[in-house]
Amino acid sequence: MSMVEPGVAAVDLTVDGIAVQVNAGETILDACSRAGIDTPTLCYGETVTPVNACRVCVVEVEGSGPLVPSCSRGAEAGMVVSTRTGRVDRSRRMVLELLASSVDLEWADDALRGWIERYGADTRRFPHGETATVAQDPKIHDNLYVRDYSRCILCYKCVEACGEDAQNTFAIAVSGRGFAAQISTEFDTRLDESACVYCGNCIAVCPTGALTGLIEFDLRTAGDWRPEEQTSTQTVCSYCGVGCNLELHVQDQRIVKVTSPMDHDVTLGNLCVKGRFGWQYLGNEIGRKR
Amino acid sequence: MDLKIGPDEATDAERQAVDDLIGAHGGATIANGERLVLGGVRRAAERRHLLLPGLHALQRSRGFISAGGLNHLCESLGVPPADAYGVASFYDLFSVEEAPDTVVRVCDDIACRINGHDAIEAALGDAGLADTSRLDSPCLGLCDFGGAAVVQRVGTDLRGVRVVAGPAEPVIESHLPSGPRLLRRIVGSDVASLDAYLDAGGYRALRSAVELGADAVIDAVSAAGLRGRGGAAFPTGVKWRAVADQTGPTKHVIANADESEPGTFKDRVLMENDPFALVEALTVAGLATGSTNGWIYVRGEYPVAVDRLRAAIAEARAADLLGTDVLGAGIVFDIDLRVGAGAYICGEETALFNSIEGFRGEPRQKPPFPTTHGLFGQPTAINNVETLVNVLDIVTDGVEVYRELGTADSPGTRLFCLSGAVARPGLYEHPMGVTLRQVLGAAGGLVDRREMRATLLGGAAGVFVDATSLDVPLTFEDTRAAGITLGSGVVMAFDETHDLRDTAARIAEFFRHESCGQCVPCRVGTQRQHELLAHTFGSGSFDAELFDDLAAVMKDASICGLGHTAASAIGSAVRLGLLT
Repeated sequence: MSMVEPGVAAVDLTVDGIAVQVNAGETILDACSRAGIDTPTLCYGETVTPVNACRVCVVEVEGSGPLVPSCSRGAEAGMVVSTRTGRVDRSRRMVLELLASSVDLEWADDALRGWIERYGADTRRFPHGETATVAQDPKIHDNLYVRDYSRCILCYKCVEACGEDAQNTFAIAVSGRGFAAQISTEFDTRLDESACVYCGNCIAVCPTGALTGLIEFDLRTAGDWRPEEQTSTQTVCSYCGVGCNLELHVQDQRIVKVTSPMDHDVTLGNLCVKGRFGWQYLGNEIGRKR
Repeated sequence: MDLKIGPDEATDAERQAVDDLIGAHGGATIANGERLVLGGVRRAAERRHLLLPGLHALQRSRGFISAGGLNHLCESLGVPPADAYGVASFYDLFSVEEAPDTVVRVCDDIACRINGHDAIEAALGDAGLADTSRLDSPCLGLCDFGGAAVVQRVGTDLRGVRVVAGPAEPVIESHLPSGPRLLRRIVGSDVASLDAYLDAGGYRALRSAVELGADAVIDAVSAAGLRGRGGAAFPTGVKWRAVADQTGPTKHVIANADESEPGTFKDRVLMENDPFALVEALTVAGLATGSTNGWIYVRGEYPVAVDRLRAAIAEARAADLLGTDVLGAGIVFDIDLRVGAGAYICGEETALFNSIEGFRGEPRQKPPFPTTHGLFGQPTAINNVETLVNVLDIVTDGVEVYRELGTADSPGTRLFCLSGAVARPGLYEHPMGVTLRQVLGAAGGLVDRREMRATLLGGAAGVFVDATSLDVPLTFEDTRAAGITLGSGVVMAFDETHDLRDTAARIAEFFRHESCGQCVPCRVGTQRQHELLAHTFGSGSFDAELFDDLAAVMKDASICGLGHTAASAIGSAVRLGLLT
């Protein structure tokens, strides 16, 4: 974690009794990180505006009634923050139990499974059969994307990435209300009939595998997705002069996914359709022989 | 942003409905090429607030919001169709699927359930609506009647159907030693016209406020000890002072008339019978806080209040009581009326801002607070209707007179919405500090002199009390000390014949239906709470530990007050043993 920047006002607060100094404008989550405290987050992403919707990062702030989302609440001088109280643990555990009871988390990243263990979340607490879930068939309408909303926790990251935070395409939004709320195009029209430009920046930010490329989806469905065996090769996209970094994820001598580093100063993890999906020529046998 | 609009075309009627609306708000639609030139994007952002009225226009024009209609609206306003669809599908009163020309929404909420559906069925038959398409509706704010419905019909505004179940019309009574206050122009009179309102002493408060000046008005409101009547009981003077201290060029005052708390109908009665009082009070608020923009956000299920407020605003404007030179005193202030579309959550102040701005009615995380970052991110004072109407008396009669009623910490009077098993349901004004026993007594006690088993105070977000609370003085301080709440003034009585397990399950269903879906604790928590209550009564077992965990996560970790209070009433019923 970087030090407090010179020339920026510093803010002093305590987290779990540890005195922490952060830059003005940083959040409680930043303060927790500086104090070496691992905080679970789901809807938070470094490249998207926090919507503080998942509430798994809540902390107790002295003087505040309800718990406070650490990802979006600015650190203030003199704040007394606690992350290891009974209330915090209970809320974090319950958020995880509620999500696990309604969403298929099997493809979620490892961190989420770690938190389920850490907070002792009982993922089978709600009786099967009496418990509504978001289970539904995956939407496979083209050979690039799969949208499997039975895995969606409604973190809003894809909406932000499609909208103002990255692509400014606004092809998807949250529709409906309450438990029936869902990420959707207008009238649930197919992606290829919507404003979607297939940049895949939504896939890049999805934390639960609800949005995947078709190749990854097919491999995962077949039980043949083996990230531990995959290699990652960095290169520069060959299409235009912007200079986007690409990471080619290769399994069994085959490109299975293309991403860009979230901390890359040109892309911030974003690509266009050509960089993310336009690499099939690499496997073109005729081209290779020439 | 480059809009991609699908191929579906609007009908001529849909096109006309949208064009008329946008035309009425000045200027042409945003031409396609305009987005490319300087200011186009800013103009699109400035017009987004026409999305909600535009959706109303489409719904009214065809009975549902079609793909073609939405496309035309989106093209006109520069809003992405996916975004607009997300907004349209958020509200109960909009259908995004083809719907019958006439739809009747029948109240199925807690008060109407115990009164039974027979009366409303008969009334719908009398109105020629026996065979129309039916939908169950959350509370329509007509709990003083014996049954209620609203009718949505293509080509017309929403219409209400009210049924009087008992022998008499609902009661509107003041029980004060000194004569009515908040109901002074309602009890036994008709002030639907501006002349009648002026004859009844109307606009004296605004004239006094002009003489006093903004600072003195806020000081009076503070000294009077006025606190919010919407449920949160926040000191009004503090709120107004915070907005007055903001220096931005554009500030707002909003009347929160999205009264949707089950069992609450006080603001409806005020708006239907004394609309100018709200218009005047909001103008005083504008003067006090230095705001030129006033807004009244009324729930869509209140067609009569909408009509009367619209007429009152027009009449006031014509009489220079709104506009660029109010009272000839050089005051600039006008009011825009906005109509909700069926979403309880839009009564939450930040959700209400989003709703007006043309976004989904999802609450915002606080801080920042509305006094600095409210409507359009600008300083905003937002108050409940009853709260605002209190200001008229404070300014006209002075703080001392105002404080003659009530207690030192809870001065003034309070409107109570009596419903359920009381003999004479209706709206009652009492001094603060009255007891529940007295409030029920004034309403004639319970039907057939039955014993009160429980009373729901404050609505679905409130608490149940039993006979042990009959003598608690109903003030902010005494109720807080007793662990109960006045909320929005709901007093809904239940007797031994009522199955409170059904009532509790309905309350759980209400919150499940009304959760906006933004945060996990509330979106999934209200769903699980409803399942827990529904299944408990099937199996006879109640998982108390699970209920406690759900209640805790909703109260502690939800974004807004809906989640914070979603387990409140049910929890109180559990503690009182009402669900066994």
